[in-house]
Amino acid sequence: MKFFRLVWKNAWRKKIRTSLTILSVFVAFLLFALLSAIGYAFRGGVDVADADRLIVIEKVSLINPLPSSYQARIAATPGVESVTHASWFGGYYQEPQNQFAQFPVDPEDYMAMYPEFEMPAEQREAWKRNRTGAVVGRELADAYGWKVGDRIPIQATIWSRKDGGRTWEFDLEGIFSAENARGNTALMLFQYDYFDEARAFAQGTVGWYILRVADGADPVQVANAIDAQFANSPAETDTSTEAAFAQSFTKQFGNIALIVTLILGAVFFTLLLVSGNTMSQSVRERIPELAVLKTLGFGDRSVLAIVLSESVLIMLIGGLLGLGVGWVLVQGVAEQFGAFLPGVYLSPASLATGFGLMLGAGALAGIFPAVKAMRLSIVDALARA
Amino acid sequence: MADVLARLEGVSRTYQKGKEKVEVLHNLDLEIPDGDFVAIMGPSGSGKTTLLNLLGGLDRPSSGTVTVGGKVISSMSNSRLSKWRATNVGFIFQFYNLLPVLNALRNVELPLLLTDFSAKERAKRAGIALDIVGLSDRAKHYPRELSGGQEQRVAIARAIVSDPKLLLCDEPTGDLDRDTADEILRLLQALNREHGKTIVMVTHDAQAAEYANRTLHCDKGTLEARAAA
Repeated sequence: MKFFRLVWKNAWRKKIRTSLTILSVFVAFLLFALLSAIGYAFRGGVDVADADRLIVIEKVSLINPLPSSYQARIAATPGVESVTHASWFGGYYQEPQNQFAQFPVDPEDYMAMYPEFEMPAEQREAWKRNRTGAVVGRELADAYGWKVGDRIPIQATIWSRKDGGRTWEFDLEGIFSAENARGNTALMLFQYDYFDEARAFAQGTVGWYILRVADGADPVQVANAIDAQFANSPAETDTSTEAAFAQSFTKQFGNIALIVTLILGAVFFTLLLVSGNTMSQSVRERIPELAVLKTLGFGDRSVLAIVLSESVLIMLIGGLLGLGVGWVLVQGVAEQFGAFLPGVYLSPASLATGFGLMLGAGALAGIFPAVKAMRLSIVDALARA
Repeated sequence: MADVLARLEGVSRTYQKGKEKVEVLHNLDLEIPDGDFVAIMGPSGSGKTTLLNLLGGLDRPSSGTVTVGGKVISSMSNSRLSKWRATNVGFIFQFYNLLPVLNALRNVELPLLLTDFSAKERAKRAGIALDIVGLSDRAKHYPRELSGGQEQRVAIARAIVSDPKLLLCDEPTGDLDRDTADEILRLLQALNREHGKTIVMVTHDAQAAEYANRTLHCDKGTLEARAAA
């Protein structure tokens, strides 16, 4: 701390150069914050996945349906505690850009499978009683201003009705929230029985099954037993953990994690070059001053620490500003577009990673000039004064 | 007779210049008594600054020993030598070598950053040093806001702030006009006479050397004593 004033004053020796460097650090960390939040949204399902839940999908593709008759056979498999199902509806509200997830489900079984979805008991009962009833998550209700009692028309993109229409109308009977604040509640659930009866085709099928493994049962053995049951049938299955399912679902949009990593890698590589160059220039310009410090008794380590601290300080100023502004923007995006991109969130882990990157990048950018300053020969350097 | 503060015994210093070896100092013996004010004169390249660097522990002899205050500094490790410099020797350069980003008070305070003094104590001591050199009213001024003479006074304050016994001055008036140079030299003389500082001053200026108790002439790596005028 005794050296802070010296470090601070040295960092601002060339105000424009330091400001520009800080600006480039700011942009890099702003990007880091935004991309981390988007990456989090895409793998949100993975993070909140329950280790005891398995997902059964059709072996070739998630798009292919599975027969409803599988439910009883899956339920009878040793190690399975309970089972339910869901299907992809793929509709939109009013305008095609208003897309969000809608699943026809069995209200009783599905809500039992997902106890993290919390809803008043009377709303849950009302939904069960009403065949055209639906419930939505808090994020959706807030995004569209829906309240219990509203009639919500959803335009189907896949499932036309038997009467040829593509508009499905639902009565909003309840609004649920997630126990985990990061749980996805940009979701609409409605009765499978109504959906299956009214749809024009594919009756008697579901999109996928979700099952809970009994206490003490080995999830791998349970998954293998289920897939073995349906081997060589017209609809073979592939059973995996909820996390693996969420991951494979996310990969439909491309390998988001890899894309984010590549972009950030390029940004930080450039940042290291820019800030490393700034520090090298800064040290080169004041070699005689560094020699004076050493003459006054500043040891090699002190000089190394002063130069490194300067580099880390510049990185921290720009980085914290970038993360701060990023956090504010992410909050805004989450509020405005939560329904379309649920789970956009700058997690504490991302913030900690960002902070670590600031320290790491600062140290890396400053290490070569700092070592050069440390190894400075006083006599040679003073001769340049 | 005063105790010997600094002693050079059989000191040689050789530099490698390309493929050639250049001997700047040759088998030099020198004793500097405590409280002395010595001027070292000589032509450029005669080894004056090298001698000063050896006395201040900025350079090491190729052979021989350098002892200051009873400690053989020529065999100290780099880190020990840094610590030793911080408390035992003050340096005054021709071009002042103040840090432009710090004001006068903060420049003077620099050597005290290596001590355990509190911020308040450091500021107090730096203020006293500035007072001794007559610049307490310029404490908040940056080097660019000071004249050459004032900058050199700040540099002297920085050299004495940790109260070292030995002050090493390399052409301290080389960048100043006559009047200002005389002011600086009178200040050095006062530090020698009133504060008991031992001063070794390298200079080209015969008039400057007159302020010293004695003058040594350095030529071709050897020293020769001449009586002060």
